[in-house]
Amino acid sequence: MSPAGVPMVQAQSVQKSFGRLEVLKGIDLEVAPRDVFCLVGPSGSGKSTFLRCINHLEKIDGGRLSVDGELVGYRQKGDKLYELRDREVCQKRQEIGMVFQSFNLFPHMTALANVMEAPCRVRGEAKATVRDRAHKLLDRVGLSEKADNYPAQLSGGQQQRVAIARALAMEPKLMLFDEPTSALDPELVGEVLDVMRGLAEDGMTMIVVTHEMGFAREVGDALVFMDEGVVVEAGHPRDVITNPQHDRTKAFLSKVL
Amino acid sequence: MTTTDADSSGERAGRPEPIRAVPVRHPGRWVAAGIIVVLLAQLVNWAVTNPALKWNVVGKYLFNSSILQGVQRTIMLTIIAMVMGIVLGILLAVMRLSANPIVSGAAWVYIWLFRGTPVIVQLVFWYSIPAVLQSISLGIPFGPGWLITDDPKTIITQLVAVCLGLGLNEAAYMAEIARGGILSVDEGQVEAASALGMPRLLTMRRIVLPQAMRVIIPPTGNETISMLKTSSLASVIGYAELFYTSEIIAARTFQVIPLLIVASIWYLFMTSILTVGQYYVERRFSRGSSRNLPLTPLQKLRRLVRPAGAAA
Repeated sequence: MSPAGVPMVQAQSVQKSFGRLEVLKGIDLEVAPRDVFCLVGPSGSGKSTFLRCINHLEKIDGGRLSVDGELVGYRQKGDKLYELRDREVCQKRQEIGMVFQSFNLFPHMTALANVMEAPCRVRGEAKATVRDRAHKLLDRVGLSEKADNYPAQLSGGQQQRVAIARALAMEPKLMLFDEPTSALDPELVGEVLDVMRGLAEDGMTMIVVTHEMGFAREVGDALVFMDEGVVVEAGHPRDVITNPQHDRTKAFLSKVL
Repeated sequence: MTTTDADSSGERAGRPEPIRAVPVRHPGRWVAAGIIVVLLAQLVNWAVTNPALKWNVVGKYLFNSSILQGVQRTIMLTIIAMVMGIVLGILLAVMRLSANPIVSGAAWVYIWLFRGTPVIVQLVFWYSIPAVLQSISLGIPFGPGWLITDDPKTIITQLVAVCLGLGLNEAAYMAEIARGGILSVDEGQVEAASALGMPRLLTMRRIVLPQAMRVIIPPTGNETISMLKTSSLASVIGYAELFYTSEIIAARTFQVIPLLIVASIWYLFMTSILTVGQYYVERRFSRGSSRNLPLTPLQKLRRLVRPAGAAA
C-alpha cells in the first residue's frame, strides 16, 4: 500500500450475518487512495454485501471498517462506540458515490434532473451552478444530447452512464461500483467501461465488483478474490489472473475467462 | 421495375395478395342483442306510460333551489372528505411504514379502528360526542390549558360532525391505498437515494411518492366516486345534502318515488362526470408505463364514424 497517508478504505476482520447466514466471515483489506480496486468472486461470495457495508447500506456486525480514517456508521470516544445518527450517516454517504447493477435512475426525472437532484436537494447548492456542473458531467459520460430524456428513453448503457454522472455530481472521494455492467447487453458494456477507465485515469479511488476480467487486468491496481465470505487471494490483477495460487481461484477463473 | 440482386429477387418480386375470406358469422350475438332490445323497450314503455312515476313532478323538482343546494352540499362534502382522507391517509401510510414501532403501531390501530366500524356509526358518534364532552381546550397534556369553548356543540356542528365522520373514515382506506402504492416502488430507488445521502423523508417526498402516485391515483378515483354516494349517509344526523333534501320534500309532498328519481339523476350526473375525469387522469398517469395509450372516447367515436385508415 502507499506509504504516505491513510488508506481510503480499511477493513479489519469485518463480519456480517443475515439472520443465521454468515455472509462475511472476517474480511481484511486495504484500498489505497487513487487505486482501482477490483473485487471478484462467484455469486453469493459476499462481495456485493461488503461493498454495501462501505457506505453503510448494510450494518456490519463485527470488526472495524473505516473510510478515509473514519469509522463507518460509528464514532469512537475512548474505547466506546457510538452509533451515528441518520443525519450523520447521510452526511458521510455524500462523500461516497455508488453505481448499481440495475442503474436505479429516478424514472420520473430527466437525465439532467437525476444528476441535479442530490446536489440541489441534499447539499442545497444553487441551481444554476449545479446545472452547469451536471451538463459538464453528462458531457463527460458522452450524453450531453440526452440531458432532457427520461431514463425509459435511454439504452441500458446510457442509463448506467447517467447513473455514474449522478454519483459524480456529489463530488465523491470514493466510487463504489456494484457489477455495473452485469445487466447490460454485451455490445453496451464497452461504453460503460470506457467511462470508468476515464475516471480511473483522473485518479478517482474506485472499488469495482465485477466479472470483467479484461477490465480488471487492464485498469485495476489491486484485485481480491472472495469466496464464501472470506478473502481467498489478493494481489495485483495481472498476477492473480495469470497465475492464481489457490484452487478455488483457479476454478473460478477457468469459468469466467 | 428495377432489377434486384439474385438472392432476394424471389421475395421482393411482388407483395402477396391480400386475403379475401368469408368472415365468421355470429348468430348468437344477434339473438342476444334482440332479447336485450325487447327488454329495454318494455322497460322504457313502462317508465314512460306509468302515471305513478309522475315525470312532471320529477321535472318540477329537478332544478328546485333546495335540491340544487343539496347538490352543492354533496359536492362540498365529497371534496372536504376526500381532501381530509388523502392528506391524512398518506400521512398514516408513511407512519405505518416507519421504522419506529410506536408510530407504525399507532397508524395500525387507527386503520383497524376506523376501517373496522361502519361509517354510519362513526357519523352518529361524532355528532353525539358533545354530549360526553364538557369543554374543549388546548394546552399541555395533564397540565394547564386554554379553554376554547365550554359548549362543544358550537364547534361540532352537523357539518363538522359529517366531515369528521366521512373524512376520518376515508383516511383509513386511503392509508391502505397509499401504502400499497409506496410498497410498489422498487427498493432500488430508495437505495439509490440513500447512497446519494438523501435523508429518509426527502427520499419519500421526492423519489418514492411521485412514483407511487401512478398506483395510488386509480383507486383514489374510485374512492371519490364512492364518497359522492356515501355522503348521503349524512342524512342520518339530519345534514341537508342531496339525499336528505329530497327526503324532506318527499315527506312533505308524499312524492317519494319521483324525488328519489330526482336525487338519482343528480347522483348519476355527478358520478358520470367523475368517471370521465378519472379516465383522463388515469390515462395521463399511465404515460411512460405503456407504449400505446388507450384511445379516448372521442377518438373511438371518430374511429367509428371514419373507419381506421381513412382518417389521418
